[in-house]
Parts: sequence; structure tokens; C-alpha cells
Amino acid sequence: MEVVVSRLQLALIFSLLVASLSLLVRSSSPELQILTAERRIDLTSHIVRVYLTLKVENTGASPASEILLAFPPTQVDHIAQIKAAATVGKKKKKSYLPLVVNPTERPDAPNGTKYFSVSFLSPLSTGESVTLEVFFTLTHSLEPFPVEISQSESQLVYYHDSAKILSPYDIKQQITLVKTPSKKVESFTRVEPTGFAGTELKYGPYMDSPSYSFSPIIVHFENNNAFAVVEELLREVEISHWGSIQITEHYKLVHNGARHKGVFSRVEYQSRPSFGGVSSFKNLLAQLPPRVHSVYYRDEIGNISTSHLRTDFRKSELEIEPRYPLFGGWKATFLIGYGLPLEDFLFQSPDGRRYLNLSFGCPLAETVVDKLTVKVVLPEGSKNPSAVVPFSAEQHLETSYSYLDVVGRTTVVLEKKNVVPEHNSPFQVYYNFHPIFMLAEPLMLASVFFLLFIACVAYLHMDIAIRK
Amino acid sequence: MVGKVEAVNGGVKPTTTTPASSETPADLAPPAFSFRALKLKTKQQELLIRVTILCLVYVLAFIARLFSVLRYESMIHEFDPYFNYRTTLYLTQKGFYEFWNWFDSESWYPLGRIIGGTLYPGLMVTAALIYWTLRFLRFAVHIREVCVLTAPFFASNTTLVAYFFGKELWDSGAGLVAAALIAICPGYISRSVAGSYDNEAVAIFALLLTFYLFVKAVNMGSLAWALASAFGYFYMVSAWGGYVFIINLIPLYVLVLLITGRYSMRLYVAYNCMYVLGMLLAMQIRFVGFQHVQSGEHMAAMGVFFLMQVFYFLDWVKYLLNDSKLFQAFLRITVTCAVVVGAVALGVGTASGYISPWTGRFYSLLDPTYAKDHIPIIASVSEHQPTAWSSFMFDFHILLFLFPAGLYFCFKRLTDATIFIVMYGLTSMYFAGVMVRLILVATPAVCLISAVAVSATIKNLTQLLRAKNKAAGPGKGATSVKASSKASLDQSLPFQRNGAIALLVGAFYLLSRYATHCTWVTSEAYSSPSIVLAARGAYGNRVIFDDYREAYFWLRQNTPSDAKVMSWWDYGYQITAMGNRTVIVDNNTWNNTHIATVGRAMSSYEDEAYEIMRSLDVDYVLVVFGGVTGYSSDDINKFLWMVRIGGGVFPVIKEPDYLVNGEYRVDKGAAPKMLNCLM
Repeated sequence: MEVVVSRLQLALIFSLLVASLSLLVRSSSPELQILTAERRIDLTSHIVRVYLTLKVENTGASPASEILLAFPPTQVDHIAQIKAAATVGKKKKKSYLPLVVNPTERPDAPNGTKYFSVSFLSPLSTGESVTLEVFFTLTHSLEPFPVEISQSESQLVYYHDSAKILSPYDIKQQITLVKTPSKKVESFTRVEPTGFAGTELKYGPYMDSPSYSFSPIIVHFENNNAFAVVEELLREVEISHWGSIQITEHYKLVHNGARHKGVFSRVEYQSRPSFGGVSSFKNLLAQLPPRVHSVYYRDEIGNISTSHLRTDFRKSELEIEPRYPLFGGWKATFLIGYGLPLEDFLFQSPDGRRYLNLSFGCPLAETVVDKLTVKVVLPEGSKNPSAVVPFSAEQHLETSYSYLDVVGRTTVVLEKKNVVPEHNSPFQVYYNFHPIFMLAEPLMLASVFFLLFIACVAYLHMDIAIRK
Repeated sequence: MVGKVEAVNGGVKPTTTTPASSETPADLAPPAFSFRALKLKTKQQELLIRVTILCLVYVLAFIARLFSVLRYESMIHEFDPYFNYRTTLYLTQKGFYEFWNWFDSESWYPLGRIIGGTLYPGLMVTAALIYWTLRFLRFAVHIREVCVLTAPFFASNTTLVAYFFGKELWDSGAGLVAAALIAICPGYISRSVAGSYDNEAVAIFALLLTFYLFVKAVNMGSLAWALASAFGYFYMVSAWGGYVFIINLIPLYVLVLLITGRYSMRLYVAYNCMYVLGMLLAMQIRFVGFQHVQSGEHMAAMGVFFLMQVFYFLDWVKYLLNDSKLFQAFLRITVTCAVVVGAVALGVGTASGYISPWTGRFYSLLDPTYAKDHIPIIASVSEHQPTAWSSFMFDFHILLFLFPAGLYFCFKRLTDATIFIVMYGLTSMYFAGVMVRLILVATPAVCLISAVAVSATIKNLTQLLRAKNKAAGPGKGATSVKASSKASLDQSLPFQRNGAIALLVGAFYLLSRYATHCTWVTSEAYSSPSIVLAARGAYGNRVIFDDYREAYFWLRQNTPSDAKVMSWWDYGYQITAMGNRTVIVDNNTWNNTHIATVGRAMSSYEDEAYEIMRSLDVDYVLVVFGGVTGYSSDDINKFLWMVRIGGGVFPVIKEPDYLVNGEYRVDKGAAPKMLNCLM
């Protein structure tokens, strides 16, 4: 279902762009060739991170302005984030310049291959070559096998990929390195030459692969890391111009690894922590901004007492333990709330508008968020809100009510699916606000009490008895 | 008779009219408008001080109950409050009519429970009203906060009622002392700390309010106060099953007044109005229904009601006859007839089953040994045990000694009001002796009577001091009459003044001890939520055991939403409220057989227990084991009650099978049946 939706969205949003691009591709058809390709797949956590280094040469007649990256359809839905950069300079003076990456489509795509196009900084003329660094993260790509394990077993997972990089271009030389979290690798597909040393699997080097070459591989290995997936995360940011920002985060956490089978023995779990529940996880680390105050951690039925907060002047770390250790398939819902000093996050832009500058993603380390909603509740009386987010996210406005609100507060709602820690970059919400609105609520309260006292005085001085 | 009543009334009046509300406005008006005199008059000063003290007491009563919120968190305590919380949540979410017609299939599986018809809705409706009001005033509070703070809020209101009651009984000084005493009395705090969201929290307020309004109605003979008292009664009926106490105490009081020849038109008006309207209003509560005319517990009130009519009729006849001899004969015949007719009616009603006999709980109140022999489920609850002396001392402290002194003062100045408080005090003290939880009912009476003692003593002593200050010699005659009652000092004694000072200091010392004791008890004994346990760790740090909530939350998150959980009935409410899962039995112990089935399953061999549990569709079993942490109230400890209750219905379960030489052992030497049963 979700797959269909995301595909539809892609199709809708970029249909126009795609049409024009595909025209362009067909008409000019610049011939690109990949000279060397090195791929490093990092499987140490449950988020798969892939680093791709490509050296591209233009062998065609006309200059090329972009390069296409191809992904099998099973993989493309799990891509949370994709970034590309061009390498400039040699060796020590090397620097990276970010490039624009857009999903695109081609009519002649074999077997539903999906593409991302990376635009070069300047069009690549004939015979010229350039080095690209591509980084992308994949979520939900490790498939536990066996699907169900008991308490003391460790968790084994499959990773599916291709030994050869899927590409619409010919690749002269390529190599793929797969890094596993431990030495325990049950099995892996051999596509010679294949080597295995320490925690690293090496596929290649392969010479002169034609375009769209694909040789599926399966790596079956042990991964006992926390498969912490937040199915839904709602972050509410409430701004008070009286000096604080209150953030409340509602989590729906699930252990997404191999499902727990049989009974859970607390005695075994506590007496042999290293053995009696290796696949489970007990605590999570949330990285909060410095100078955080009034932190709380609770759920629907009350406070959860197992949490520790460490603060220093650069960062704050909140270590939280759910009420019970999470085994595969177990869920826990909870909420974290904290206050932040206003001056650290709210600024005034030169044109007089105020803006909030806050980190977007989930503060929990190494966690995938399937659906993230950020609600920024602006103070009552704010006008013309607008949000600036460094990546695509859905936006709309709401009105919410809090203590002593009459007209309600404007709320900016941002929604994004499939969020990884790499999305923890700042976003801004701009709005207009006149300081006089700060006084509305205190004045309201003061007048109510004033009226109350007046009423008391009046009552004491009045004789309302019928009979004298 | 009438003349006597007037005299009594006259005795009451000066005390009731001294408070300022009726007189001060006229006195206050000129200076306040002219801004001439900044200095307040004595009366104004008195009013100011009184209002200030009351406000302070009001605040004190509230904050003294917040220990648990500060120490733990804002959470619901114990077992029953979780059910109340759950129903309140339902009420605020679904509205009143949905709540009234709620059939709850999550408890008592597979029977279910008609919630609307089997609970006292007063508490939930009160909390929901507070919640809606706050929401309307744009206070975005959570319903849990409202529920947690309902009990302290009503405790504060109770202090106000206690003040007015004390004022009605004695004078405004006694009222103030009563308010202060009841604000921190441990007997009341035990049931009204923040988070103990139980019926008693509002019921004590309603109880005292009803009594106050009724006494006021009897004193004034006013229909309006009687009507107010009927509404107070209605609120009480809607809040707690303890209303039975009111509907029996008030007729008893009326009967005593009739016997002692204090019958008056005021009493007639007050009782009739209160009884008839109160009864009609109470019938609107579905759980109570027609019990007022059908149940044996309510027959006393009806009997007294008819007796009142007979008295009124006799008065009228006496007025017509003017012949004492004839009247005596008539009186004899009428009273005999009335009693005979009443007895026959009661007999026929009981025999035909129209009037239901007394319930087990009522019997166990009158006869403390009844429950132990006949209803193990009542006896198994710790708060239904007879009270130990230590817990009287614990909950009342100095009030226990002041109570008889107050009774003495009350008897010295016998009015309709003091008779009432004496009767309330004595009967409730008896019930408090029968059942631990009924200390709560006795608390307001004990506080009021003690307040009379404290107030009267201190007033006498201070008057003595002031008189000595003014005129060091002969002018003390009037005051020392009162002073002598307590101080037992002769006029001629030379150390009278010093003695008075010493006694005064002693009284203040006692009162300050009381305050210290109350604070200590509140903080140590009554402010732990029992669902979270705290202990001191090896290094003096606080260790929190939150295992209950861990289990409930696991059930909530990781079991199918239609899973059925079997546990002993104690945990039923908490599982449904916090775990949100269906339970087999819960704390509303209405079906003894069903509980016995669970008890049987728990105490059978595992294969038999499996069959029983299959027949109940059980998916999960929740048992509590406290062996590791040394938690004493776990299921092993309660196990004998499971056996007893199970054996009460299913004779295959026999208690001796689980005992070794009459001894309950859980280690290796335990009985074989004990070792092999499900537990």
C-alpha cells in the first residue's frame, strides 16, 4: 500500500520534469562511461548506508549535463535519503561540492528500474571525466531469518543486493565491499572473485560490465543491533515568547527484528544479560540540544522512572529505557517532553520577521522513523507563517488551542515519511508577531481577578435580603 | 412542649446570629465608602481574621494531600480508583448518555457488566463537570489531572462545611477549629490524598453537607434548608453506598428527639421534606432504584416517617380534645395501633419478598463476626477487618482524648444540634470499630466534637486571662464559672492565672503535636500510590519498583486487543484501565461464583486448571510474585483466600489440602497439592 502511494506521489510530483528530461535524454543521448566504481555497503546497524564512488567519463559527442543512477524497484522504496557530491581538487586539497539529485523516469527502463538523476555542476564535455561521491541510506532492508527466534538466540538477517552495480552505463572496473557488524556470517553468495576477511566481504573487482548487469547476492549474517523503528513520531514544538520552547515528542516504537517466540524469562534476562536476550534492546539514547530543562519521559499510564539525563554545554543526552526490554515485534509507546531556552532557537531576520531554527529529525540515535509529523505551534497572534525545510516534506496549517486561548494558535504541520538520522538538519519557520499579544493573557487573568474582588466588595456592601 | 422548644431555640439563636454575615454589612457601609477610618472595627477585624484563617485552612487541606504528587507523580492510586478513572474517561469521551447505557464487555468475561446500572455515578459526573468547566474556561487540563486532584479539592470543601457545621453546633470559634482539625486529620487524609480518586473522596463532603443542612433545617424549621439537605442527600446517594448510614442515622436521631420530647414543627418540616424529596431524588440513581421502599435497610426511615405523621396527628387531636385523660387513652390506642400496623406491614412485606432482607455487608456491620463465617469475599479484604487500637491512635491521635471531652461539653449544652452530633459521633465510632475503612465516616464527627472541646476550653482559658488582665481582683466571677469547668481551679486560688497559662500552653503543645503527627502520617503512610513501590537502595538512593505498570503496559502493547487475561480479582480494575484488556473478574465483586471459578482454577492441578481456563477463553494469566524483592502482598500471600473463596462454591477445593499441619508453607515442605497447583 505504502509503496503504491509513494510511487504515485513520485509520479505526480515529477511527471512534468520527467517528461522533459526523458525527451532531453533521448534527443541528445550523451554517451557516458563509468571508469571505476567503488561501493561500500555498511550493514553494521539496521540502517543500511551505501557509499558509492564513481569516476565518470563522457565518451559521447555532445556535453552531458547529468548522470543517471539506477536502482532496482525493490530497493528504491527503501531509500530514505540520497545525496551526491562532486570531488574537486587533488588528494589533500580535495573538497566536495553537493549536487542536485532528483528522481526521474525513463520509458525504456528494463524491469521497472527506477532512476535518480544527478546534475553536474557544469556540463561534462566530450572526453572529460569527473569523480562523484554518492551516499544513500536504505531502511527496512534487512530481512530477519529465521523470522521468529527465542529469547536467547541471536538474530540473523538477510541482505539482498547485486554483486554488480546496476547502472545504465558500462562500467569498466568495479568493486563492492560489504561491512558486517561481526565476524559471524552464516553464508553469502559467491560471485567470483569474492573474498571474506574479518568483517568485510569483497565482491570484485569485475571488469567491463555491460549496462544493466545484475547478479543477485544474499548475505546472511548476525546483527544484534537495536532494530528500533518508530512507526509514528509526532513532535510538537510550542513557542512561548515568555522565554521557552516546549517540545513534546510522541513515539510509537517497535522492535522490527526477528519476532520473539516462546516465553520471556525475566530471571534469565537479568542473571545473564549478555546471553539471555542478545537480540533485544533495553535503552535508547536521545540527543537533545544543550541547555535543555524540565525533561520528562512518560506514557499513557504515567511516568517511566528509568531514564538518565546528562548535560554539558555542548549537548544533552537523555538515556531512556522503555518499561520492558523490547524483543522482536514488541511495541512501546511513550512520550518525551522538554523545554528549551527561547534565545537559542528563535531569531529575528533582517526584515523583522521572527524565525525558529530547529533540528528536524528524531533525536533518538540510529532510529528509523516511518512517519514523522512536526507541529510548530506559534504563539497566539502570529501571522503569515512559512516553513523552510531542506528536503521535501508536506506542509499545511492548523489551529490548536492551549491554556487561555481565545482565537487559537496557528500551527505549521510538516509531514515526512521514512526519516533517518541523516535528516537531523535544521529547518526554519518564519512568522510575524507583535509583542503586544504577549500581554493578552496576563491582562485577561488580571481583569478576571479584579472583577472577582469588585464583586466581593459589592456583595459585602449590599443588603439583598427581602425582609429587613 | 412548645415552650420548651422555644427555650431551646432561644439558646441556640445568640450563637447563630453572632457571625457577621447578617449584621456587618450595615455596620461596614459608612466607613468603607467615606475612606475616613483606615483602622478596622473589631467586628471587621474578626471577620477578616476568620476569612483569612478559613482561606489558609482551605489551602492547607489541599496542599497537605499533595505529598504523593510531589514525591511520585500525578497518578491514580490503588485499585478501585482505576475503575473510576476509566469510567470518567469514558464519560468525558462519549458523553453522559453513552456512559449511562454503557455495557462493558471488557470486565467479567464472558458475562460483562452494565456499568451505568451498577455504579454510583456521583464521582465521575463531578470530575467530568470540573473537567468541562475548566475546558470551557480555556484551561487545557488533562482529565487525569482533574481526577487526581478531585479528592484534595473536595477535602478543602469539606473544611468549609465543617466550619459552618461547627458554627451551627457551637460557635464560629469551634467552626474554625473543626475546619483546621478536619483539614489534616489522618483518618480523612487516608482516603483523600491526591490520586485516591475514589467514591469516598466526594462522599465525605456530601455526607457532612447533608448532615449540616439537615441540622440547619431542624434549627431553622425552614423548607429551603430541608430542600437543600435533600439535594445534599441526593448527591451523597449518587456518590457512595455509605448513604445508608445517613438514611438510618437521621431517622434514629429523629426518633431520639421524639422520645426525649423534643418534637417540634421544625423537626416535622425538616424531616418530612428531606425524607420524601431525598427518597424521590435517590430513586433516580439506577443502582439504588427502588431500594428506598423495598430494602430492609431503608425501612427505618420509612417507619419514622409514618411515626412523624402519627405524632402530628396526635398533636392535632390533643389540640382538639383539651381533655388529658381522654387524650391519654387515645394516645395509647393510637400508638399501639400504629406499631402493630407497622410491624404487620413489615412482616408481610418481608414474607412476601417485597422487602428484601438485609445484605451481607449490612449484617457484617452490625455483627462483626458475620462476614468471617458466611462471606469470605468480604472478609478477605483488608480494609473490612475490625479496627485495631493502634489504628485509632494512628488516625485520630489527640482527637481520641478530646472526643470524650467534647461529648461532655455537648451534654452540658444540649440542643437539637448537639444531640445530633453526639449521636453521629457515637454511632460512627461503633462502626469505625467494626471495620477499618469506616474510620473515615467517624472522622468528621470526631473532629467536630473535639473542636467543641478545644474551642470551649481555650475560650474559657483566654477569657480567664483577659479578665485577670482587666480587673485583677473581684471582676472575674462570670468568667471563672466557665473556667472552673475545665481548669478545676477555685476562685480563691492564687495561681489561677498561671494555671490558665500553663493549661493554654499545654493545649497549644498538644495541638502542635497533632499537626506534626498528621504531617508525618500523611507523608509516611498515606501518600504512596501502591502501584509504584519505592525503597531506599544500598547507597541511600531511591529505588523505584514499577513492575506493575511494566506488566500492564506490556499487556496493553503486545497482546491481541481481544485477549482475555485471568488474574485474581484485585488486579482486575488495573488491567482493564492500564492494560486495556478484557479480564475475567475484577474488584467489583458482584458475582461470587465467577470469582470462585477463578479461585478454583488457580488452586487446581495444572491440567484441571487448563480445562477451566479453556472454558473461560483465557489467553493470559497474570500472577504477582514478590519473592525476589521481598514484596509481601503478592499472590502467594493471597493464595489461601483463593482457596477459601474457591472452596466456598466448589467443595472439591479444600483448605486443609494446602496446609501442612495447619500451617501455611510455600517452601519445599509445602503440601503436595499446593506445590502442584497452578499457582
